[in-house]
Amino acid sequence: MFYRETGQFKTSYAADDAIFPIRQDFLGFGIIMLIAFVGIPLVSNEYYFVAILVPFLISGLAALGLNILTGYAGQLSLGAAAFMSVGAFSAWNFITRLPEIPFVISFILSGLAAAAVGVFFGIPSLRIKGFYLAVATLAAQFFIEWIFTHVGWFYNYDPSGSISTPPLTLFGFELTSPISRYYTTLTIVSVLALLAKNMMRCSIGRDFMAVRDMDIAAEVIGIPMLKTKLLAFAISSFYLGIAGALWAFTYLGNVEPAAFDISMSLRILFMIIVGGVGTILGSFIGAAFILLLPIFLNISAHALLGDLVSQQFLVVAELMVFGGLIIFFLIIEPQGMARLWQIVKEKIRMWPFPY
Amino acid sequence: MSFFMEVLIAGLLAGVMYSLVALGFVLIFKASGVLNYAQGTMALFAALSFVSFVEMGINFWVALLLTAIIMVILAFVVERVVLRPLVNQPLITLFMATIGLSFFLEGFAQALWGSQVHRLELGISDDPIFIGDIMVSQFDIFAGVTAAAMVAGLAFFFSKTKMGRALRAVADDHQAALSIGIPLRHIWVLVWVVAGFVAIVAGLLWGSRLGVQFALSLIILKAFPVLILGGFESIPGAIVGGLIIGSSEKLAEVYLGPYVGGGIENFFPYMLALAFLLIRPYGLFGEVHIERV
Repeated sequence: MFYRETGQFKTSYAADDAIFPIRQDFLGFGIIMLIAFVGIPLVSNEYYFVAILVPFLISGLAALGLNILTGYAGQLSLGAAAFMSVGAFSAWNFITRLPEIPFVISFILSGLAAAAVGVFFGIPSLRIKGFYLAVATLAAQFFIEWIFTHVGWFYNYDPSGSISTPPLTLFGFELTSPISRYYTTLTIVSVLALLAKNMMRCSIGRDFMAVRDMDIAAEVIGIPMLKTKLLAFAISSFYLGIAGALWAFTYLGNVEPAAFDISMSLRILFMIIVGGVGTILGSFIGAAFILLLPIFLNISAHALLGDLVSQQFLVVAELMVFGGLIIFFLIIEPQGMARLWQIVKEKIRMWPFPY
Repeated sequence: MSFFMEVLIAGLLAGVMYSLVALGFVLIFKASGVLNYAQGTMALFAALSFVSFVEMGINFWVALLLTAIIMVILAFVVERVVLRPLVNQPLITLFMATIGLSFFLEGFAQALWGSQVHRLELGISDDPIFIGDIMVSQFDIFAGVTAAAMVAGLAFFFSKTKMGRALRAVADDHQAALSIGIPLRHIWVLVWVVAGFVAIVAGLLWGSRLGVQFALSLIILKAFPVLILGGFESIPGAIVGGLIIGSSEKLAEVYLGPYVGGGIENFFPYMLALAFLLIRPYGLFGEVHIERV
């Protein structure tokens, strides 16, 4: 009824190429951004910023990074967290060793460092496919974890293995309060998400999708395999690197290899599977789901059963429910929640006269 | 030189232990193309059940039988609840489902049997014996013999029995197998049952080595490089891969580790397997897929 594109005519090529060709989508997106930038800071308190919103945005960015590689370019990776740790550690090194350059540039440099490492570990993808590649990416996971615990230069020979981050400064202001951390994260994530949306719509994204759907056919029609696959690894690792830097600087407040272990990699993979493989929106829905579900389970378990059963039991019960729900969601919608949203949109378009 | 031999033999025998876990993966991958992340948790679950039965004062063999029954039930439940609704989905979705299953089982095993560390005594002494002047652990030899027996049994099962041949047919082509009347569902249950039995053996041996505990489910991370080195579809590959990974890992740790700060056994197997893959992209014995446009 209210979601129709009737009467919206595209009279120029620019209008035809718009990200949101339907006006209601554009408005809806605008409202979401307005809520994110203005609404949430007005009503939210410090706990939500620090414990939910900031990690949600960063996980969304990380999931987006992995989605570019796995969802768009079809290269299954189990080493996402390793590239995040590269970003985190190089951001720390850039910021502490070169304090005179602004942190935004340091972040971009650390993203580039992660991209370089990503390209290196992407080289096997030219020869190895499918699950063989997935297991091979675990090499990146364990090797990088080992580097950051055994090569002292990276963590400044700190014996504890966990180093605290200096505050980020922008034009002389220290970005340490929860709200400024939220804004920093939100701005970076929005810009990168927009960039990703556009990249995946242009020839880069189309090449990726061709490679994903069938790489031999893609090669036959003249898509350079070497360039496309390595580019996918580079872009994905760049995003993961920035996400890692944000995770260390605006969320945890310290850099430690333990934060980027294999369970983190698996969580990011869960996010894109549950959210929707090969969609930008899905990365964020998945991130919200995987991040919020344990918190929700924890709170509700304590509220319902807190006094009846032991703490120990709650922990394992949460594991069970988490695993069970993942299977459940995979069964009801194997293409992820972004697909559900798409179905809903199609239904609303027809509503209330579906025939 | 005898020190070198000792390290080599210890490594080979450790590799056999990795092969035990890898075997379970291979079985399920062969028949359904699913990379079963829950294999390690199944081993944990089996070992935990067994230990709890034994601690209840049940006879060793009865406990083993009960554990086997539990694994059979598990196979049926997994086929009914997880696999059947996900037929024809992309393999990555099935892979994620097995990760979900592994979370669930981890929680379930601990909810059922508690999460403290159990000691498991199989009645095999872990004292080293000397062959010539080379020291070898008795336990490792026992593990090696068990693995060899299991591989021989599985090889016989796959090539000589009717069920085994049906399994190979299913692995080759689901649709063709269905159309000549092989019941796909039974085959899947069967293969999960066999993988469950392999998990019992792996769980018991690893459990008596490390203690039956939560960390047991992480042994899959040791089995992955073995798998890709040997090839996902190959039972001999799992054994050969295990031997290569085990021995080179130990040798690298002893001879290379001190120069780079130690702790390299976590990533070294993966690097080694990766190097093999660059030459043979489907592992040493994996099936080569011919792709056509």
